Amino acid sequence: MRRAFSSAEGILGLLIVVLAVFLTISTDSFASVQNLFDLLNNQSVNIIFAVGLVVVLVAGGIDISFSVAASVVQYIVVTLLVSMGGGNWAIGLFLAAATGISLGLINALFIHRFRIVSIIVTIGTFNLFFGLLMYLSRGRSIYTIPDWLYSRVAIFSIELERGSATLYLPVLVMLFMVFATWFLLAKTGFGRQIYGFGSNPDAARRSGINVALIQGFAYGWLGLCAGIAGLMQAHIVREVVPNALYGRELDILAAVVLGGAVLGGGRGTVLGSVLGVMLLALIQNGLNLLGISPFAFKMIVGAIILGAITATNLDRILPQSRKSAKEGQNNA
Amino acid sequence: MAEYALRAHNVTQKFGAFVALEDVSFDLKVGEVHCLAGENGCGKSTLIKVINGVNKPEPGAKISFYDSDPSSRVTPTDAKSHGVHVIWQDLALFPDLTVAENITFDSFVASPFAFRDTTRKIARASKIITRLGVKLDPNAKLGDLSIAKRQLVAICRVLDADARIIFMDEPTASLTRKETQSLLAIVRKLSADGISIVFVSHRLAEVLDVCERVTVLRDGAFVGSYPTEGMTQKKLSTLMTGMDLNETARGVQDFGDTAIELRGLSRHGEYDDISFSVHRGEILGLTGLMGSGRTEIALSLFGMTQPDEGTILIDGVPVTFRNSRDAISAGIAYVSEDRLNLGLVQSQSIVKNTASTVLDDLAKPSYFLSPARLTALCNNWIAQLKTKVSDPHLPVSSLSGGNQQRIVLAKWLATNPKVLILDAPTVGVDVGAKAGIFEIVRGLAAKGMAIILISDEASEIHTHADRVLILRGGKTHQDLTPSSVEEEKLEEMINA
Repeated sequence: MRRAFSSAEGILGLLIVVLAVFLTISTDSFASVQNLFDLLNNQSVNIIFAVGLVVVLVAGGIDISFSVAASVVQYIVVTLLVSMGGGNWAIGLFLAAATGISLGLINALFIHRFRIVSIIVTIGTFNLFFGLLMYLSRGRSIYTIPDWLYSRVAIFSIELERGSATLYLPVLVMLFMVFATWFLLAKTGFGRQIYGFGSNPDAARRSGINVALIQGFAYGWLGLCAGIAGLMQAHIVREVVPNALYGRELDILAAVVLGGAVLGGGRGTVLGSVLGVMLLALIQNGLNLLGISPFAFKMIVGAIILGAITATNLDRILPQSRKSAKEGQNNA
Repeated sequence: MAEYALRAHNVTQKFGAFVALEDVSFDLKVGEVHCLAGENGCGKSTLIKVINGVNKPEPGAKISFYDSDPSSRVTPTDAKSHGVHVIWQDLALFPDLTVAENITFDSFVASPFAFRDTTRKIARASKIITRLGVKLDPNAKLGDLSIAKRQLVAICRVLDADARIIFMDEPTASLTRKETQSLLAIVRKLSADGISIVFVSHRLAEVLDVCERVTVLRDGAFVGSYPTEGMTQKKLSTLMTGMDLNETARGVQDFGDTAIELRGLSRHGEYDDISFSVHRGEILGLTGLMGSGRTEIALSLFGMTQPDEGTILIDGVPVTFRNSRDAISAGIAYVSEDRLNLGLVQSQSIVKNTASTVLDDLAKPSYFLSPARLTALCNNWIAQLKTKVSDPHLPVSSLSGGNQQRIVLAKWLATNPKVLILDAPTVGVDVGAKAGIFEIVRGLAAKGMAIILISDEASEIHTHADRVLILRGGKTHQDLTPSSVEEEKLEEMINA
């Protein structure tokens, strides 16, 4: 029990519950089905990004190019589909996944083959992807998207007193990606290899791990997530705006780090990433409902990230707790 | 049943024009604990890499395992099938995984598509842990464990892989006395189980203690294999270095004025009521078990921590250090134990490392750092300390351990200190380099520097210290002249 609450996931879960209780009491609309469904619909894209990013962080890397990669995917896929005469979900998903994986593998190529630090590589590809996209699209949005992408797919709907509340396809896709990533990371031998590689790359190499495969998988999987998230985002907003996702990467990175991942690798979980995204979403939602200026949002999120990370580091800095940790070690 | 687990003869390895191994022979009996001894760069690691299949020796070698036919090289597959495993000094474990996952990590690599199956992995790890007879929690995160326990995890890991021939590279280098003793007990247990162990260590005392035979290499050449019975540390170091290292106590009696004095120094939870003084030209040994407070006292003398009570006097004047800068300007230099990480910036040049403590002085009177002055300073110290350096502008990481240690010394001597604190200056340094370091230290003392030597090697204290303070639980336990007792007695007092 104590263990559950000393982990990042436990603390986040607790915070979310406290915040939810507070918002339920202090606002009329927070605990409504409509609001909760909206939250889920709107956060699905972010969660798909987050579970992709956590794989890269666990493997000891970082990627800031994924959200502009998602914009590139949107643009390429929709343009291709329109020129093909429309297409359908199967072709759309396939194209989005393939384009996303390809973009991810470009990062992996530079990081693995040319031994460049991942932050530098992805700063490069971030600018390259975004620059190319703005140049080729001339910054123009696409408003005429195929019908199947335009009309929202409802997966679950309930009737309320006033109208109805509906969960759309992105929620289902998000649940699938969360499950798939969780299964890979937490339940397979390959997942242990990724944690091992992030934890001590040298030792992993000497254990006979295929490093190229790990790197390729991590950045490729994030690319896949980015591609699918891009398509889902287009489905929700019903248009393709080239700079719509620009800047999203840092919000997602903050959420994933809040969820217990570290930039050094070896740590981070799918559950933590999902909770990290949800906590930030709840705060934003709560601020809206409480009528606080949206301009305060970034400031508050910034303070929360600093506070949370400081809190998790405190036990390493305070001599008192260091001593008790040592004693615990000796007793073990 | 074969008598020998491994027989390697006529092993030669060249890298370009450099001969790393020349016609070396190495036999390992089944269940034997065998030491591979020699100074850094003598070819120990190369020989290990030939036997575990990483390096391909020159044609003509004859290597056989157990009853197999001799072959001219070992492939990684051969090494694996004969159960050859190497535990390198860095252990190559995963701090973010659990103990059980570390022990069974190879199964994740072998079958990536299998389920993680924590329950079975824990059962498998527990079996190995029980077999070894040690206390380890399979669920604990490796990163939370001490180095000694990680060492045990590394041993469990090779046992899980069914190791029958284990090479251990400097396994005791970062262990305390007690931890070393329990590790040696485990090594004996493994050998009783029929596992052959090759032990590589700079600590000759434990080599003679645990090993049955010792094979000595020098500069890539085979010196010989000897039974450890009847072998002494002195004889062994002569074989390793090819020099007769005859070290005797200094026997200096006349010292200068008091350079540093401590009066009733206490820091809560670390050390209690410590008083001593060191004169110019005197070497004071500070010893005791890990946690006895020896390093903690040094840190306070260097201004890294502040004592709660008591006074420090330099040249008879009371001083307080708020930080290490204060201590440095008062004339104190501290060469830390973990010199490779704390003492040097590995990727920077030898010149920049040497000058790093005196940059402000070198930049006077202007703010301009003259590269010529930096190089001159560095070359001066390289010459004084007889450091082997091909080009002082190369990164410090290009030097051997013993020479890196000299650069750390040079860096601190450049501050022209009154008091030099050496914390475990010979950890991980081979015999020849050790002798070289003490020659320097004695030279410094002879010139009037006060030296505090922190060490848990009784032989070092016995030979080089003029006075020794044995600490226990943060308190002064004994204060004596080392030459007044036998070395064995001193060792007992330290470890009691």
